[in-house]
Amino acid sequence: MVNDVLTRIEKRLHSVMDPELPFLTVMELGMIRGIVMESDTIIIELTPTYTGCPATDAIKEDLQEAAEEIYTNVSVRLVMSPAWTTDWISASTRKKMAQHGVAPPEGQSADKAFLLGDERIVPCPRCKTTNTKLVSPFGSTACKAHFSCLDCLEPFDHFKCI
Amino acid sequence: MEGNNSPWLLWLADDALILGQRLSEWCGHGPVLEEDIALSNVALDLIGQARALLTLAGQREGQSRDEDQLAFFRTDRAFRNLLLVELPNGDFGDTIARQFLFDQFSLLRYEALAQQTIDLELAAIATKAIKEVRYHAAHSAKWIVRLGDGTDESKVRIQASINRLWEYTGEFFMDYGMDSQWADTGILPPLASFEKSWLKAVQDVLAEATLEPPSADWMQKGGRIGEHTEHLSFLLAEMQVLPRTYPGAQW
Repeated sequence: MVNDVLTRIEKRLHSVMDPELPFLTVMELGMIRGIVMESDTIIIELTPTYTGCPATDAIKEDLQEAAEEIYTNVSVRLVMSPAWTTDWISASTRKKMAQHGVAPPEGQSADKAFLLGDERIVPCPRCKTTNTKLVSPFGSTACKAHFSCLDCLEPFDHFKCI
Repeated sequence: MEGNNSPWLLWLADDALILGQRLSEWCGHGPVLEEDIALSNVALDLIGQARALLTLAGQREGQSRDEDQLAFFRTDRAFRNLLLVELPNGDFGDTIARQFLFDQFSLLRYEALAQQTIDLELAAIATKAIKEVRYHAAHSAKWIVRLGDGTDESKVRIQASINRLWEYTGEFFMDYGMDSQWADTGILPPLASFEKSWLKAVQDVLAEATLEPPSADWMQKGGRIGEHTEHLSFLLAEMQVLPRTYPGAQW
């Protein structure tokens, strides 16, 4: 009985989209760390991507509403540990990101290179060249850096590795 | 982790909150669009860290105060932030110099907090925050090099900014008699122990930037015990006016 509810909720949560990357679900981003029953309440454990991400509050509400379609007592709990990492984003999700014009995180190496003072090599999601330039390590949202392609000349977002 | 250790949690939380609020004043006023976005992003990260830390501080003190109560309903004398982070933004060089000096310290402090295993809730926040602060520190250090090793004008001005702010860096390493409370619990080593690593990190960047490390024989103090500059009161007036005028207001 409980397991059935949990399974239905999990299935439902697979269609809750990220408000800032509306082509991806919060599940695909690895933000749901668990769905558990505690006494008579279903707890959805959510880990924020960045501490200050303003989308976190909206996601909390969206998850709550979605789960309440299935069960009355739902609570969303923020979990900090272990800290969210882009390593939790699957290969197929990365592909989807690239298809939508956002250069996905590529392992850890690219961003380590930046933090150590070297240039990052991030391929352009449109023309695939590696002839690209970091414009700013801070982009349109907390999770993205701003790049520019030197071949097709398009600006693009890169999902930072953290 | 038991016990009322919120006084020094407020040191961490208030540094992040006040610097985040201060930096957010750049939103819409950055020298170029990319930098406007960068400073606003850093501000957002800091406010995010402050929210997590204030929530924890509120839970620990056990007076049912949440993050909003602590941020919006304390008066200036109850804030525990460093004097450095409440100073006005000045020009872009002043803001970058302040950020650089603070980021190098913040990184060391969060690294120590992330490594300890006594207070796991605090370690979790620190582990998360480090990932963000590494970006801040890399960004502000790059600007120090670019301005220091830039034009004659930029070099003179960034050197002047660093010289002017230097007397506020001594407070990083002052414990105001709280030393034993930090150290005895094993959560954080005495603050003075960070000074050498901080100085080395700062001097390395200044050398690359062809800038001179300043010296000061006297350091400002008072932030940690609520003795602030007048600037904090003006900052709080702006930050707190809405929740104080309309308590419990919702969007």
